[in-house]
Amino acid sequence: MRKLYSRLSVVWKYNNLLKELVIRDIKVRYRKSVLGLLWTLLYPLLTMIITTIVFSSLFNTLPNYAVYFLSGSIIFSFHTEATTSAAMSIVGNAGLLKKIYIPKYLFPLSRVLSSLVNLGFAFVALLLVMLATGAPFKPTLLLSFIPIFYLIIFTTGLSLSLSALTVYFRDVNSLYGVLALLWTYMTPIFYPISIIQDKYSWIYEWNPMYYYIDYLRSLILEGVMPGMVPNLICLLCGIASLGIGWFIFNRTQNRFVLYM
Amino acid sequence: MPDTLVEVDDVSMLYNISREKADNLKEYLIRALKGGLAIDEFWALRNVSLRMMRGESLGIIGLNGSGKSTLLKLIAGVLQPAKGRIQVRGSIAPLIELGAGFDYDLTARENIYLNGAILGHSRAKMNENFDEIISFAELEDFIDIPIKNFSSGMVARLGFAIATISRPDILIADEILSVGDMKFQKKCESRIAEIVNNGASVIYVSHSVESVRKLCTKAAWLHKGELVRFGDADSVCDAYLEGLD
Repeated sequence: MRKLYSRLSVVWKYNNLLKELVIRDIKVRYRKSVLGLLWTLLYPLLTMIITTIVFSSLFNTLPNYAVYFLSGSIIFSFHTEATTSAAMSIVGNAGLLKKIYIPKYLFPLSRVLSSLVNLGFAFVALLLVMLATGAPFKPTLLLSFIPIFYLIIFTTGLSLSLSALTVYFRDVNSLYGVLALLWTYMTPIFYPISIIQDKYSWIYEWNPMYYYIDYLRSLILEGVMPGMVPNLICLLCGIASLGIGWFIFNRTQNRFVLYM
Repeated sequence: MPDTLVEVDDVSMLYNISREKADNLKEYLIRALKGGLAIDEFWALRNVSLRMMRGESLGIIGLNGSGKSTLLKLIAGVLQPAKGRIQVRGSIAPLIELGAGFDYDLTARENIYLNGAILGHSRAKMNENFDEIISFAELEDFIDIPIKNFSSGMVARLGFAIATISRPDILIADEILSVGDMKFQKKCESRIAEIVNNGASVIYVSHSVESVRKLCTKAAWLHKGELVRFGDADSVCDAYLEGLD
């Protein structure tokens, strides 16, 4: 109990630093760009327009292709952006971590949170597209925070693992870049799930990202709150990822400094 | 009642040289296959014990590679000891390599808040001290300029000014007084003296026996990771100078 209390008080003490790190991530990214933060809104809009032009006639079975694509893509972009930048977050701050004691989890966590800020803007872009395309606004749209909350747990876990492993093997970063690309194509983001033959259904069945995306789409496009099973899958994938990440990070963090 | 601020109890630190180099998978696998992952052990510190009471200040002297900085990093909590136990009571302000927490793309203003947060200060506290930091660092005309355009002296001045706004229990300094020009060094020295007069203890690492004598009451002499002598600053410094000859 006492240990837990002292842990929590440390978390509280560095809460301010976490905030400053998130602000820094966002400021540095858009420094020297004329449109600045507006890019977080423009980027998903522009990629959506391109993808819609390229693929919508191919997948014309989908009633509102722009919304279908964008709802999947903003979630997946959040995940890849957070995990790839978190992978380098410990190594990239080696200079600092070698000099001053700071809880090390702050660095991957700050990357997840600054990506979450971007997701917020991207979500606004999604709403604008829904308005522009005349898509119906379902009341379940208001529940979108639920799959996003599950996903944050999942993403944080993977970010912790990647940031710790990259300290020991810098290859992890490059390898993950390739795997992330593969993952993008194996997730039904710009294509409907119906084009995957039944014998290949494992491609999405064993892909946690599919469940987060499917959850959000069901809220936004179908106006249906997913039942018990999808909720459990999303939550358990998140907890498993966070558990593994927490375990790896905790086991290795005391020796990070020796490997940088 | 004099209370113990720092207690270093039979501490050893082990670096593992061969593994440090294999930081990519290819090298790691090659070494593993060759059986070359045998560990080259290097003990940076062996069985070091010392303690520092409130009101004392401690100088750490020794040649290059004697483990001075390792000991400092252990006390600051950056490294964890391989063996032994370290207990620190009270707050630490590390003056180790000033500006380590700066982001060179950000302006001086933004870095003040970022670096303050790294040292554990709130935004409100930084607002309170903002003008003092700027005037101490003499950067009034450069507040909103990215610090990548600063000279190294300007960066060091800013780092020192931020690191010394708090009134810590323990001030850790690793030869920082060698930065900046003469005028700024004088300023730093008087700022440190002021903090010490306020009741803080200093842990100071240096090659310079003179400054250890001037700043410290206690001294520890390290040689190849072993504590040769620990005690009263003057007597340890004398013994160290004798030992050099």
